[in-house]
Amino acid sequence: MADLILKDVVKSYGDVNVLRDINLDIETGELIVFVGPSGCGKSTLLRMIAGLEKITAGTLSIDGQVMNDVPPAQRGIAMVFQTYALYPHMTVRENMAFALRIAGQSKEEIEQAVNAAAEKLQLTDYLDRLPKALSGGQRQRVAIGRAIVRDPKVYLFDEPLSNLDAALRVATRIEIAQLKEQMPDSTMIYVTHDQVEAMTLASRIVVLANKGIAQVGSPLELYEKPNSEFVAQFIGSPQMNLLEGEIVETGEQTRLNLKRGGGTILSHYPSKPEDQGASVKVGIRPEDMVVAEGEDYAFEGKVDITEALGEVTLLYFEKEALGADPVIAKLSGVHSDRRGKTQRMTAAPERVHVFKDGVSLLYR
Amino acid sequence: MSPLFQGIITILVGVFGCVGYFYAANLLLDKVIFPARGPNIGRNINRATAVRPWLFLLPAILALSVYLVYPVVGSFWRSLFNRSGEEFIGMDNYGALFADDVFRQALFNNALWALVVPAAATFFGLLVAQLTDRLKWGNIAKSLIFMPMAISFVGASLIWKFVYAGDPDIGIINAVRDGLGLDPMDPIQVPFWNNFFLMAILIWIQTGFAMVILSAALRGIPEETVEAAIIDGANPFQLFFKIKVPQIMGTIVVVWTTITILVLKVFDIVYTMTGGNFGTQILPSYMMTLMFRDDGRATAVAVVIMVVVLPVMIWNIRQAQKEMR
Ligand SMILES: Nc1ncnc2c1ncn2[C@@H]1O[C@H](COP(=O)(O)OP(=O)(O)OP(=O)(O)O)[C@@H](O)[C@H]1O
Ligand SMILES: [Mg+2]
Repeated sequence: MADLILKDVVKSYGDVNVLRDINLDIETGELIVFVGPSGCGKSTLLRMIAGLEKITAGTLSIDGQVMNDVPPAQRGIAMVFQTYALYPHMTVRENMAFALRIAGQSKEEIEQAVNAAAEKLQLTDYLDRLPKALSGGQRQRVAIGRAIVRDPKVYLFDEPLSNLDAALRVATRIEIAQLKEQMPDSTMIYVTHDQVEAMTLASRIVVLANKGIAQVGSPLELYEKPNSEFVAQFIGSPQMNLLEGEIVETGEQTRLNLKRGGGTILSHYPSKPEDQGASVKVGIRPEDMVVAEGEDYAFEGKVDITEALGEVTLLYFEKEALGADPVIAKLSGVHSDRRGKTQRMTAAPERVHVFKDGVSLLYR
Repeated sequence: MSPLFQGIITILVGVFGCVGYFYAANLLLDKVIFPARGPNIGRNINRATAVRPWLFLLPAILALSVYLVYPVVGSFWRSLFNRSGEEFIGMDNYGALFADDVFRQALFNNALWALVVPAAATFFGLLVAQLTDRLKWGNIAKSLIFMPMAISFVGASLIWKFVYAGDPDIGIINAVRDGLGLDPMDPIQVPFWNNFFLMAILIWIQTGFAMVILSAALRGIPEETVEAAIIDGANPFQLFFKIKVPQIMGTIVVVWTTITILVLKVFDIVYTMTGGNFGTQILPSYMMTLMFRDDGRATAVAVVIMVVVLPVMIWNIRQAQKEMR
């Protein structure tokens, strides 16, 4: 049963088109994460689902009911804002009770719902405080509590953790994951800039780019089989290296010659006979790069900078041209001594991605 | 010498006098009294820094003492003397005031003014600020409503004299009555209610002030809290009264008390419209009627006004300081 469906959704502000061709089926109980570069329309899409922005064209339905013109409060959604958006003049208790009071629930019902949520979020001791007397993490929990109290079908989070410091972000992320586990029937849609949040929380990730959806899939799917150069570089950090290459052998597996450094490499991506000789981009993630032991190597370059992070070392190879992205390799252990040396690298065939005209050979 | 020339000279002397004072005083402090050299250089710099604020404040403190503190004390002292100012009569002036019907009426009317005008001006200001917020022509509406602020109280009173005029060809109220087939009347002479007709003038003037301040405050409310409330199901009324108004309560109080203080000082409107007749007397205009005839009593009224204004003033300043934090 698909619970939340976006069909051919378009958003324009006047003549300016922001989103188009948005088609997405979200099932009950999923935790969907929207990622994408800044300004690609993540918040806008979320706000359209919430009902805070009008949907220019297309339909949004929740549980089979078209929601385009249903007021936000009746959509069965709750939203957690990046800035918390707590009502500053109300105590934590009043903040959480507000929606229920508006809905005209009885005192006892409200009391019960608020206390239950407060307990779940360890806010019981703070119920009578004003928001300004809370820390950032506590405020964010109140904001989440305000959503939980309403027992919505769909939770919407717009970068809920980006105002917290790194340690708290990790802690709250884990809390959200636990919360999700306690409420297996709630659907959550979560916007973030943070790769780690996306990879750890999501049941599926939606990559938005160029006014539309670039790819939808489980975190590992996106990591292992990105459908385009864009997704390949967007998921993973440091980003995937893209090297100019040429197909020299087609079939079940593809053999490629690399323009720079002159090496050859095998990819498990299949190719068609007519691809013979085509120029492509060969994608290798930094963490998949290994030092070439034998005669065979894919890439040769001089190590410009090394960054030893303890458990891994990043090797930055000399840039091919000014402004180009440097090729990066991530080797486990400490390898500071490789600086300034010329190094030959390669990768296992199942780790080598091939893109032709920006599109993965797997998705043609 | 022509008055224009005199004015220009005064401005020049004033401005350059100020600049000259600050420059010379600073120079004196830094170069002569606590020079930043010699064996005590560190101590001298610290002392100069400690003294400097007082140097800058000195002219203001002097001006305030001469033109504010001295008159207050002087007025109170004068109010303890008789009409000619020769005989000390203690609190007799105050006793006579409270025995006077007109004074009691003025006190009552003033209380009425102090309650109605700030409440109405703030309410209308808030209403206009909210209603014009999203309108395309909202700024034009706001400018129009703000304009009376630029009119003097006397000028405004003259305008409203026309509104209240008895001739149906001039006064809009009587024009309406005429249209309904009623006889013309003089609103200014209707007992008790005429107070409210006078208040309308000040409300008309002050609504613009309230609107401008409250409009800015409304814009300062974080948009997300409003959106969160919409998602929580609040209707426009709940949104306004339960989310927006409480968040700008501090500003509302400041606007309210600022107008209250103004109300307690206004005399021009009553003076121009009725001269305090027909039961519309208020304290400041009552004071004006006594002035030059019995300065002892007039200053006693002034002291009463000050005593009434003072608590509001203190409350106002407290609120304003809280707002700034
Ligand atoms: N009122 C508006 N009028 C015109 N364009 C708008 C308006 N609001 C947003 N946009 C545009 O819509 C696009 C998407 O904005 P949105 O806030 O959804 O981006 P985002 O993906 O959430 O970005 P970020 O990651 O920085 O939060 C932006 O390019 C923005 O300029
Ligand atoms: Mg955003």
